[in-house]
Amino acid sequence: MGYVAVKGGIDAILAAEELVKLGRLQSRSELLQIDQLIEQQRMAVDQVMSEAGLYDEKLAALALKQAEGDLMEAGFLLRAYKSTLERLGYSLPIDTSRMKVLRRISSAFKNIPGGQVLGRTRDYTQRLLDFNLIEEIRVPESAFQQPKATTNMPKFSRVSDLLRAEGLLAALAPSEQEPFDITRDTLKFPAPRSARLQTLARGESGAMVALGYSSLRGYGMVHPTISELRYGKVPVEFLHPLTGNPVTVGQLRVTEVEALNHAYSIVGRDKDGIAEQESQNKDGETVAPLYELGYGLVYGQNERKAISMSILDRALDIGGDAPSSDQEFVLYHIDSVESSGFVEHLKLPHYVTFQSSLDRSREETRLAYAAEAGKK
Amino acid sequence: MLKDLITTEENYNYAFLDEGSKREIRRNLLKAVAIPGYQVPFGSRELPIGRGWGTGGLQITLSLIGQGDIVKVIDQGTDAGVNAANIRRLIERTAPDVTTTFQTSEATIIQTRHRIPEEKMQAGQLLVLQVPLPEPLRLVERSENATRRMHADKNYSRMWVALYEEIVKHGLLARAYSYPVMVNGRYVMAPSPIPRWDVEKLNNAEHLSLFGAGREKRLYAVPPRTAVVPLDFEDYPFTVEDFHGIRCQRCGAEHSFLDEITTEAGQKTYMCSDTAYCDEQVAKKVAEREMQKEFAG
Repeated sequence: MGYVAVKGGIDAILAAEELVKLGRLQSRSELLQIDQLIEQQRMAVDQVMSEAGLYDEKLAALALKQAEGDLMEAGFLLRAYKSTLERLGYSLPIDTSRMKVLRRISSAFKNIPGGQVLGRTRDYTQRLLDFNLIEEIRVPESAFQQPKATTNMPKFSRVSDLLRAEGLLAALAPSEQEPFDITRDTLKFPAPRSARLQTLARGESGAMVALGYSSLRGYGMVHPTISELRYGKVPVEFLHPLTGNPVTVGQLRVTEVEALNHAYSIVGRDKDGIAEQESQNKDGETVAPLYELGYGLVYGQNERKAISMSILDRALDIGGDAPSSDQEFVLYHIDSVESSGFVEHLKLPHYVTFQSSLDRSREETRLAYAAEAGKK
Repeated sequence: MLKDLITTEENYNYAFLDEGSKREIRRNLLKAVAIPGYQVPFGSRELPIGRGWGTGGLQITLSLIGQGDIVKVIDQGTDAGVNAANIRRLIERTAPDVTTTFQTSEATIIQTRHRIPEEKMQAGQLLVLQVPLPEPLRLVERSENATRRMHADKNYSRMWVALYEEIVKHGLLARAYSYPVMVNGRYVMAPSPIPRWDVEKLNNAEHLSLFGAGREKRLYAVPPRTAVVPLDFEDYPFTVEDFHGIRCQRCGAEHSFLDEITTEAGQKTYMCSDTAYCDEQVAKKVAEREMQKEFAG
């Protein structure tokens, strides 16, 4: 072709892709193995699985390796792979009361049945760089105290069940409504709660923390107390197609948060689906104070995201003017594939649109000069 | 090593998407064609190219292509653009029995970002436009819930007021591209960020135009022979970009959307944005010269 750039375009992108591949291989250190990432970069693997909405440690680690540690890029790789997978069916709802708990805390009560289990957390570590890790020599496991056997862990009842027994929280009514599927249908507003929770569950951690934080600081009403945060393994069950019996097909590590919020009984919803609250003092009678739960559940161990999800779940439920309560604002802007994709598309050529824009600006200037000259 | 990057992908389904997804997209496209200019929500899938980099158009193309199709991909008017090259490469890798072309007249499907080819498209050809922001009312109303209602009521008063305000503030209709149009006398539509120059090519066209917004999860269409009218006022009519007195420095075309190019010497020149059109004009000139030579000889 006559136009020199035609050949240039494809050659340039192929060369760029080669540079990407070559760059990692030019490292003088040992090449990273997938197992190393799964075992030693666990939090990154968890975050990628969570934001991609696909639970597969091996593929998440592969994506991380391929993306040189870029979490958004890794999440994107995994999501694009996910969209090629056929939908075989739906599991039974996971039951987190059957969780093999690895960690579990409550900020609402000092003593909870089953007790608080601090587990593997950095919460109370002192954030000092550990220079020993630079030239690390493997310390034998025997040098550490042995973790308590988890086989004897009690079955943990939920803290929220205590509140329900006391009538402080409304009893859970089983929902017969078929859940919305955000991977198959487009969000419509007001979005049903199942759609909101799904969107939040695979939202980008940083974006969710920012929005959750905005509510705590005052751009919103929600500032909850954590009834319970638990992290552990839950079984995934499918109904056997022949026998119809539930069969465990695997397990997931998940973080679950139940957060307590003051609630005033909601009398209805206005035309935009925003909850209308009953005044606390209707007809001279004070409505009994109740609590409402905000709920967070995310793949892997990602506590700040799960907590943020519980804040946003509640904020979206009550509605209102705060950014964190605006369904379209929150749900349209927390997906990492979409937000990063559109922000980065600005790198694409915009020669034509900019030419059009120049045309208008020059015409505006010309008209302004003409008008000025006319005055004289 | 370079070869690996352009070889076909056997680990993926034909044209990347699974057949169920393709069928769903085709069904939604039928709805879009039936209601010209109406934005049909669809379960947009993630693709292995950036979200916001043409995934809407690409989902349309991938769900329509099959054996015998000839695909042309352009970005900002050129087949050479890095994004066009990348999209073409994905189509070639995942649908190996499809051929590609740079020639507008030869293509059965043309996927484009921000331009409509200068050469008039014919009946039977498909134009697939990549759309970043499908909602023309977004500039006057940020809520999707509200804009959907405005479309349902054919309530475009705020759009008209916004256009009027542009005239008050700037002295002209200031919208440079993605100029809002009325389709079939019913829906106001964003024609995607094509320049104003290209809007007329949608009006009463021979070809079918399909619009895909992947990130925003909307599909819409302008069927052949459908009225597409830019929103304007009697005393402030819609105008296209002004290229009077300048021409393409390469092919000499006088009626072509031009890219402004600054040379190394700091001089401003112009070249056709549609490179295939430019190539054709050059080829025509060469042929003419050959003919003249023959006659002279």
